[in-house]
Amino acid sequence: MDALSSLIDGFGTALTPTNLLFAFLGVLLGTAIGVLPGIGPAMTVALLLPLTRGLDVTTALIMFAGIYYGGMYGGSTTSILLNTPGESASVITALEGSKMARAGRASQALATAAIGSFVAGTIATLGLALLAPTVAQLAIKVSPADMFAIMVLAFIAVTAVLGSSRVRGLASLGLGLAIGLIGIDKTSGQQRLTFGIPELADGIDIIVVAVGLFAVGEALWTAAHLRRRPVDVIPVGNPRMSRSDWGRSWKPWLRGTVIGFPFGAIPAGGAEIPTFLSYVTEKRLTKHPEEFGKGAIEGVAGPEATNNASAAGGMVPLLTLGIPTSATAAVMLAAIQGFGIQPGPRLLSSHPDLVWGLIASLFIGNTALLVLNLPLAPIWAKLLRIPRSYLYAGILFFASLGAYAANANVFDLFLLLIIGAMGFMMRRYGLPLLPCIIAVILGPRAEEELRQALQISNGHVSGLLDPMSIVVFVIVALLLAWPIVRRLLPRRATDSVLAEAAHEIEEAHEHTGLTTAVSVERHTERRTEVSVERSNEPGAW
Amino acid sequence: MSTAASSSGGGTREQGRSEFGVALFLGAVGLLVLVSALLLPESRISRGPVGPAAVPIVVAILLIVTSVFLAIDVARGGRGEPEGGEDIELGGGTDWRTVLMLAVAFIANALLIEPLGWVFSGAILFWGAAFALGSRHWIRDAVIAFVLSIGTWYVFALGLGIVMPPGILEGIL
Repeated sequence: MDALSSLIDGFGTALTPTNLLFAFLGVLLGTAIGVLPGIGPAMTVALLLPLTRGLDVTTALIMFAGIYYGGMYGGSTTSILLNTPGESASVITALEGSKMARAGRASQALATAAIGSFVAGTIATLGLALLAPTVAQLAIKVSPADMFAIMVLAFIAVTAVLGSSRVRGLASLGLGLAIGLIGIDKTSGQQRLTFGIPELADGIDIIVVAVGLFAVGEALWTAAHLRRRPVDVIPVGNPRMSRSDWGRSWKPWLRGTVIGFPFGAIPAGGAEIPTFLSYVTEKRLTKHPEEFGKGAIEGVAGPEATNNASAAGGMVPLLTLGIPTSATAAVMLAAIQGFGIQPGPRLLSSHPDLVWGLIASLFIGNTALLVLNLPLAPIWAKLLRIPRSYLYAGILFFASLGAYAANANVFDLFLLLIIGAMGFMMRRYGLPLLPCIIAVILGPRAEEELRQALQISNGHVSGLLDPMSIVVFVIVALLLAWPIVRRLLPRRATDSVLAEAAHEIEEAHEHTGLTTAVSVERHTERRTEVSVERSNEPGAW
Repeated sequence: MSTAASSSGGGTREQGRSEFGVALFLGAVGLLVLVSALLLPESRISRGPVGPAAVPIVVAILLIVTSVFLAIDVARGGRGEPEGGEDIELGGGTDWRTVLMLAVAFIANALLIEPLGWVFSGAILFWGAAFALGSRHWIRDAVIAFVLSIGTWYVFALGLGIVMPPGILEGIL
């Protein structure tokens, strides 16, 4: 087995005392920051990005693997112990998780989340290790035209995510692409959108964009709508599970892994859809349907396993194609680029020690997650009580520190505020952040591939089309035309699991009070359905 | 439960009007990208059939078309969905005073970081932001602010080899 021997080499890299220490440090910091309310996994990774700048590449990425998993897990702890809707990937966990916590079963909820994350993460990382060499081998044969098509697919897929407004997704994509254009054009040496400002000639540092959008934008947005009432944190002891909890949890963990891994690997908007699918599946298969909505352990075990499996699944396109599928993965990619390493199909053959070291440390990070988080849960619960004024002041403090440390340039601090203001506007008007950050990172590379492809074909547009890219473009067209296609299909065909998931998403959003307004697209599509529902629950509004 | 029709009273109409602002912003950015792409001088070292202006023009068209579609969506009653969060309470208005004070603290740090040094500018940022967010423990906040700024200065300098500006404390730190 080629993959296995490479993986063993990877463990050789990752298991040196220094690297092991940084893997643990990554998990610890990632969880500690991720557990803080208002800080999602993407912001965790963005805020901790500057810390890795002084390290050697391999060590830095190993630490990142820890931060990645730690940040994911931290978010779910928050949603179990605080009875308020959090960021989208952990909204589902909150549905049953906080109900369990209210019923005095917080430690069981945390335990099934931690152990489920470990099980799913380990299986999914194994899947990554086995799959990555094969995908990378295929990817090396990919032409610039194909690569361009795949990037267009990534743009459209993150934009046309289920249950959100397409127009607003496209708006976010366009803004991201425009930011990516800023700087000197590599092929012609021309300055684009720099307005004669010398600091803009090298383009805007991705750290500044990521920290601005995720940290500064979030802090300003939250500050404008800060909940002034005292927070309600559910106290928790050491996580533990009874025999019946184990019996009810292990199948959802495995099903969650199967759902999460493939969804993580395609650019379909991160963990939101697969966690919903897992929730719906568990609700349908459970032997205790009466407990759903009142704190069913399956409703925590499944989505949490899904969440972690999709995090590992997201590493497949990241390491083999250089394409991020979630905001967190996008920031990871920025970290790799920050070390001057060009991500893409050749990464695995040109830096095998780095890639395999990273995969091995995903295993280590996963184990560290379990070892640290079971005993530390009560401390994490205390972190939730941090005064909000210090929390958001701290976010601005560390955001400024990181952005300045990256290039030692005051100009970046002003850019940070401008991008933060844009992040504020995007949150205010429901423009999703994911298309924007993916466009900033992939946009310049997509342009390069496009120009290369057309250079090969001497400017003939036909150079963009070969069998593979045609298939990809057809998928893009279908995604774009989906609302029309759906109307043409017979009614029954559209009543798929996905449609039900979309319905569940809306229901849950309403349930948690997240949705205060909807886009017309969705509105017109389900007008009939909604009106029926409304007449059934007159008291709800 | 709230839908486009029932979200808090007059807020809907007001948000509707300001949502046209988003469409306007997109259109303006699109025009800016378009004009600056068309104004690019002829390149002498350009290689390949696609020049530096081609992709910006495509991006500009995407932005402008999107702005039109967004305006249509808003006119038909579509509303963006404000993002929720653990510490967020939507429904009330936007607290611009806090946001403005935070921005002032942030800009103060940017202006002072090189003349005064990170220890002071960072502390001012933290203290000012905590004040903006409603903390009134003057002394305790100041102590925390300085512990953070001095601590991070040393962690970055000794642990990561990144020296933040020492400013007026040059030689003392």
